[in-house]
Amino acid sequence: MKFILRIWRQDHAKGAGAFVRHEIDGISGDLSFLEMLDLLNEQLTVRGEAPVAFDSDCREGVCGMCSLVINGRPHGPNALTTTCQLYMRHFRDGDEITIEPWRARAFPVLRDLVVDRTAFDRILEAGGYVSVHSGPKPDPNSMPVEPEVAEEALDAATCIGCGACVAACPNGAAMLFTAAKVSHLGLLPQGQPERYVRVTRMVEQMEAEGFGGCTNLGECEGACPKGISIKFIGRMNRDYYRSVLKEPIDRRGRMGAQ
Amino acid sequence: MSRVRTLLRTAVGLKFVVAVTGLVLFAWVAMHMLGNLKTFLGPAEIDAYAAGLKTLGAPFVPHGFALWGVRLLLLACLVAHVGCAAKLVARNRAARPIPYARYVPRESTFPARFMLVSGGILLVYVVLHVLHLTTGTILVDPFVEGKVYDNLARSFRNGAVALFYVGAVAVLALHLYHGVWSLFQTLGLDNPDRNRKLRAFAAISAIGLFAGFAAVPLAFLAGTLE
Repeated sequence: MKFILRIWRQDHAKGAGAFVRHEIDGISGDLSFLEMLDLLNEQLTVRGEAPVAFDSDCREGVCGMCSLVINGRPHGPNALTTTCQLYMRHFRDGDEITIEPWRARAFPVLRDLVVDRTAFDRILEAGGYVSVHSGPKPDPNSMPVEPEVAEEALDAATCIGCGACVAACPNGAAMLFTAAKVSHLGLLPQGQPERYVRVTRMVEQMEAEGFGGCTNLGECEGACPKGISIKFIGRMNRDYYRSVLKEPIDRRGRMGAQ
Repeated sequence: MSRVRTLLRTAVGLKFVVAVTGLVLFAWVAMHMLGNLKTFLGPAEIDAYAAGLKTLGAPFVPHGFALWGVRLLLLACLVAHVGCAAKLVARNRAARPIPYARYVPRESTFPARFMLVSGGILLVYVVLHVLHLTTGTILVDPFVEGKVYDNLARSFRNGAVALFYVGAVAVLALHLYHGVWSLFQTLGLDNPDRNRKLRAFAAISAIGLFAGFAAVPLAFLAGTLE
C-alpha cells in the first residue's frame, strides 16, 4: 500500500515546527503503524535526511510510551488501541495521514512527535503512592478487599499514563489520568490513610503543571486505549471537595468553652 | 473562608462553584417556567401571581423583601457562575497553545461543545429580558407595572419579539441539556448506576423547560391568548 504522510517536524523544543509531506510505498497491511514509521525512517536515513523522532517502547500496548495524534485522533481511529497496536490495514491504500504530537502546554514537544510527559511523573510524585512499612511482610489476606472493589480499582489501575486523555481533551485537561491514579489507590484499604491528602496534592500539582479543566465532554474516555471511565473523574472530584471543604484543618487544636 | 480560597485555586474547585450555582439557577428557572404557565389561566391569575411574588412572606417580612432576597441570591449565583466559567475558559485556552491541524471529536455532543456560546447568548438575553419585562425599558410600550398579562400581550403580538424569546429559550434548553447532567458529574454524584437516569433527567428538563417557556410567546403570537 502507498500512503502520503503529513508529519509534524520540529528540530528541538524551542524550534518552530511545520508539517512535512513524506510519501511511502510498498507497505503491507500487517505492518503496525510504528513499523511503517520505522520503514520511513530507514528510507529517510538512506537518503541522508533526518529520521522522524517518535516515542515507542514495548510495542505491545502496555507501556504507554507510544503517542501520536493520527488523523485528528490520539492513537488513531480505532477504539481501545494504542498506536503500536494499530495496523496499516486499518487505512485505505493511497490515504493521506496527518500525524501530530500530543498538543498541550504541559506536554512540550521535544522533537518532531516526541513530547515531554514528565508532568505526569510529577503528579504521581505529589501523591500517587501509598506509604508502606518496610518491616516483616504482613500475613496474607490480613487486609480483606471485596473482589468487586478490587476489580474496580484495577479498572483504574490499567492506566498506562500515555497521555491520550490530555491529547483528546479540547481543554488539555489531565483529569482522567489523575482521577485514575487517585482512584486505584483510594478504592483500596492500603490507600485510605493518605486518601484525602493525596487527592489535594495531586489535583494541585495537576493545576501547577498547566493542564486545563474538565468540561465533561467525555473525549478522554473515548480516546483512552484502556477504556478508563469518566466515573473516576466524578469520584476524584468528590474526594477533592471533601478534602478541601470537610476534612478537619486543625486536628489537634484545643477548644474553649463558653 | 480559607477553605473557599483553597477551592478557588484549582480548576476542579472553580468547577464546584459553577456546578452549585448552576444548580441554584436551574432550580429557579424551573419555578419561573411553572409560574409563567399561569398566563394560560387568564390576566387575573398571572397578575395576582406577580403581585404575590412581591408580598411573599407577608406579613412577616416587609413588602418586596423576599423578592429582593431572591434577586440578590440569583445575581450572586450568576456572577459566580459566569466569573468562574470565564476563569476556566481562560485556563483551558492556555492549556493548548498550539491547536491541532486536524481534530475529530469522538464522544462530545453538540450542546456540550456549545456551552460557552450558549452561555454568552444567555447572558445577553438575561439583560434584555430584565430590561423588557422587569423594568419595561425596551420592546414594550406602554409598560404598566403589575399588568403582566397586558404587557406580555403587547410584546408578543410583535412576531419578532415572540420569536426572539423562543430562540432564547431554545439556547437555554441546549445549555441545560449538557449543564444539568454535567453538574452532577462534576459534583461526583453521577455513577454508572444512575448515569442513564441523570442524563434522561437533564434531557427531559431541557425539553420540558423549552416547551413551557416557548408556549407563552407562541400562544400570544398564534392568537390563542389575547
